[in-house]
Amino acid sequence: MTEVKEIPLKKVMIIVAKANIEDVYAGLIMANGAVMEGIEAKLFFTFFGLDAITKKRMNKLHTGTVGNPGMRMPNGWPFPTLLGALPGVEAGVSAMMKKQMDELDVPPVDEFLDMITAGGGEVYACKMAADMFKLTMDDLCEHVKDIITVGDLYAMSGGEGTQIIFT
Amino acid sequence: MAEKTFAGKTVEVTAEGYLVNKGDWSREVAAEMAKEDGIELSDKHFAVLDYLREQEAAGAALTIRRVGKSGIVDIKGLYQLFPGGPLKLSSKYAGIAKPASCV
Repeated sequence: MTEVKEIPLKKVMIIVAKANIEDVYAGLIMANGAVMEGIEAKLFFTFFGLDAITKKRMNKLHTGTVGNPGMRMPNGWPFPTLLGALPGVEAGVSAMMKKQMDELDVPPVDEFLDMITAGGGEVYACKMAADMFKLTMDDLCEHVKDIITVGDLYAMSGGEGTQIIFT
Repeated sequence: MAEKTFAGKTVEVTAEGYLVNKGDWSREVAAEMAKEDGIELSDKHFAVLDYLREQEAAGAALTIRRVGKSGIVDIKGLYQLFPGGPLKLSSKYAGIAKPASCV
């Protein structure tokens, strides 16, 4: 019998590439949960995920109401894509999502990043995506430590017990 | 269930070291539990523990966000008081159940 030794998780690198409320919050909740457990966490925002750390956009994220098969009406019926396309529906649904999260004490994006960085978590932006969207450190929120390349990200991912998570 | 002796009193604890019976809690028990983890409890620590106990008794769901807004300590301070487990460790020393929240 070979003895299997389990290595506890020590560091998580969490990549957020999308701007939907649910995709951004998945990354934020995982990062915050990690620092609360004493696990080192680094968040790396790329492509549309950059919205979550862009000052002008971070607290105005939406959830997609078109082409989202998980969407339901409040009574549980499927949510018709055509209804989701009507003006104001996406904003309404997004406001409802935020309200429901607030009831569970899940904070807005900026406050959530405050919590994560207070616990020692670090926030980075992807250089290629920032160049593509013409964003500089001035456009990004104060939580962002640096704009880095994918090579830099991998260089930070060393060490036993590290996992890279793409949300 | 395991048994442990804190401050000369034998108490029942869960596998993770949380008190099974809330009535077993005292400031001395809390101080010895923390000492096992290498933390010396100060008045500031106890202010957090008292807050958690009050909130829990009132039936509130505990999160670090709530503690951060309590006016006792901010979130950064909470991490400094209870390194590696701001809510997990503070709840343990407060003699309440392990928090079931994700935030």
